[in-house]
Amino acid sequence: MTSWVLFLTVLLACAVEAVEALTIVLAAGTGRDWRSAGQGTVAALLALAVTVAALGPAVGLIPLSALRLVVGALLLVFGLQWLRKAVLRASGHKSLHDESAAYARELAAAESAERGGRGRVRDWYAFTLSFKGVFLEGLEVAFIVVTFGGNERNVPVAVIGAVVAVLIVTGVGFAVRAPLARVPENTMKFVVGTMLTAFGVFWSTEGAGAHWPGSDAALVAIVPAVALLALGCVALLRAEGKAEL
Amino acid sequence: MRARIRAFGRFWYDFVVGDDWRVAAGVALALGATALLVHSGVNAWWLVPSAVVLLLGLSLHRATKR
Repeated sequence: MTSWVLFLTVLLACAVEAVEALTIVLAAGTGRDWRSAGQGTVAALLALAVTVAALGPAVGLIPLSALRLVVGALLLVFGLQWLRKAVLRASGHKSLHDESAAYARELAAAESAERGGRGRVRDWYAFTLSFKGVFLEGLEVAFIVVTFGGNERNVPVAVIGAVVAVLIVTGVGFAVRAPLARVPENTMKFVVGTMLTAFGVFWSTEGAGAHWPGSDAALVAIVPAVALLALGCVALLRAEGKAEL
Repeated sequence: MRARIRAFGRFWYDFVVGDDWRVAAGVALALGATALLVHSGVNAWWLVPSAVVLLLGLSLHRATKR
């Protein structure tokens, strides 16, 4: 995989997670208290940094074949989950993920929750809501960086991809102070599901001991093949839906 | 304490396995079969992609027939 493909894959996958985290922080800040939401965000970023610093270097000590098998299997299961949901949404069998609706739900819950602070935190609800959102989505970003970067033995490029994604989403989010509803998240999820599944297929098969014809060049065929499979499933399910009407 | 452990386990189950456990089980089976075939001298690179087609198709079929 070239550094550019690694960079773009990580950037896209991390941008999706960043959009979700930012939606939660914006709801906590708008509905409750910006200062407490900011404190929760900073606390989550610190907790994430400690977690990644403690566990990240251990990945480099694992033999490459074992790493590819475990991480490839995880990516494959993870990618199939994304792809399954993306196909169901695109074919009309599941409602589209709507960041505006998610924002409105979080905002309503935040406004109706009890008020009160602890220590230097003025609003504990806004703090914990932001902390949970940023920490959980941040863990997914760390997972993407460690797996993609670790497998390609190129963690710095994966880290740069993640940092650029988070900076772009954060910048855009705070500039417009809206839940980023204009970002085509469902399309992004479709692409990310395809990429995760394709890389999962490639790495897990290599980790199990098999060798792809053409070695790394096989990815050039696997990625479009997975995309075609998913698009074919969407077309088939849409046709079935119309036939039932 | 038990509730927290349960919540922690549920988070990781949802995070890794998701809505359809059969997909995760199918991936594990396919990888195990690939390793066995490779061990007996067959370069079974084709097995996991075939399993992906089957698992995604079956999972979508179950989801839309509910």
